[in-house]
Amino acid sequence: MKLNKFFYLIKEGIKSIFTHGFMSFACVVVIVACLLIMGNFALLSVNIDHNIKQLESQNEILAFVDETLSEDDARAIGPHLRSLDNVKDVEFVTREEAMKNFISKYEDEDMFSDLTPSTFRNRYVIYLDDLSRMEGTRDDIAAVEGIADVSASLEISRGFIAVRNIVTIVSVVLILILFVISIFIMQNTIKLATFSRREEIGIMKMVGAGNAFIRLPFIIEGLLLGLLGGAIAFFLQMGIYRVLNQRLLASAVGTMIQVIPFATLMYPVLAIFLGLGLLVGTFGSSIAIRNYLKV
Amino acid sequence: MVHLKDVCMTYPKTGTPAADHLSLDIGEGEFVFLVGSSGSGKTTIIKLLTGEVRAQSGEVMVNGFDLRKIKRRKLPALRRTLGVIFQDFRLIDNKTVFENVAFAMHVIGAGRRAIRERVPYVLKLVGLEGREKRLPQELSGGEQQRVAIARALVNSPSLIIADEPTGNLDPARSLEIMLLLQKINDLGTTVLVVTHEKELVNAFSKRVITLENGCVASDETGGYYGHEA
Repeated sequence: MKLNKFFYLIKEGIKSIFTHGFMSFACVVVIVACLLIMGNFALLSVNIDHNIKQLESQNEILAFVDETLSEDDARAIGPHLRSLDNVKDVEFVTREEAMKNFISKYEDEDMFSDLTPSTFRNRYVIYLDDLSRMEGTRDDIAAVEGIADVSASLEISRGFIAVRNIVTIVSVVLILILFVISIFIMQNTIKLATFSRREEIGIMKMVGAGNAFIRLPFIIEGLLLGLLGGAIAFFLQMGIYRVLNQRLLASAVGTMIQVIPFATLMYPVLAIFLGLGLLVGTFGSSIAIRNYLKV
Repeated sequence: MVHLKDVCMTYPKTGTPAADHLSLDIGEGEFVFLVGSSGSGKTTIIKLLTGEVRAQSGEVMVNGFDLRKIKRRKLPALRRTLGVIFQDFRLIDNKTVFENVAFAMHVIGAGRRAIRERVPYVLKLVGLEGREKRLPQELSGGEQQRVAIARALVNSPSLIIADEPTGNLDPARSLEIMLLLQKINDLGTTVLVVTHEKELVNAFSKRVITLENGCVASDETGGYYGHEA
């Protein structure tokens, strides 16, 4: 294709966005609406996942040190534990601290006035990287010399993993369904826009325009509308997210959950919105025009 | 230029033959009227010549292209050697007169300079100088048809096919359009006019091919349509 022909077609694509203003507007609105529906749901899923991970990270393993060891000897085990695979953090708790923690759980502290620290063992609170590997890590910890006993809430960790898996699967399935519906709606909107121009396409064919000549302006138009839709959807998404975040933080729920700041998610969201807008606009228009090229 | 031999064509939906062992030849520089009543096969011949439909049998040659064997991707090349004019003008509403005509040149990849020189020349030829920036809806029917003729002419086609070019025009404008086509023919372009307007056909002493039921019923140079003397 000659260069001047190529530039002419690009110019035509841009021009037709304005000459078919209403249909362009309709396409952008549909793209924005679909991206926002998908975006809101995806961000909700990401936040649910984030909160579950937060809860998971609070799930700990208690490693009790052999009571025959002195406090110094007990502290010396720390580096061994830290060096174990899947161990994120290790916190040493002395007998005294353990006793205090125990007593503080009960309202009537006088009941434990006869209790002495020697009743308790020195211990380690161990946090893990990956909760799904808790069982193996527990065994590794138990094998460390000086560790007398290990307590790990395997049932709770399995519960967390199950919840996270369910949330992930449901999210992926729902996002896929929404994506397919969005593609369908967008393709039909673009088809409608193309249908109103079938006569124009017929004229193009009759004066000897090849398929590429006819298709390119439509694709450029779809591509630009898709990008525009993606950009508008991104800014609206940012606004919606921030408003909801502020309201949530001001409410009682805000104290229980953690919302990821939009700044952290901004670039992936922008890339996905622009990418999807571009993809849908380009493919939607090239699929929609295909039927009218067989003249 | 145009060679049809023993052409048969039946539309699958109707089953009625639109071309029934039809043969005709049109040579370079000719001006031919193709006439006949509704359903006689006039439109089918235009569709055959422009590659919109394919004949089931026979030979269809247009400007050196064998339309029974032509590949779909070669059709644009054929259509660039033709200028087609329709009854309903078929102009692009949102393009100006200049853009509508220039559009056909963009299709063949003409440069900006060539377009700037050629389009005003053709618009002048069809009597539309000064109307370049108008939109089709701002023009009369006769003027719109002139734009369509300019568009058909701009790439210097060897054959112009006009399908009922005066069907939407009053008698005075119809005569103007025919005179314009005559002028184009005088400049060397072959012109094939499909019409059923007897008065216009009979006003020009040209070759008249009459179709009936998909066959050539008569083919006379300087003939009359409807045998009116």
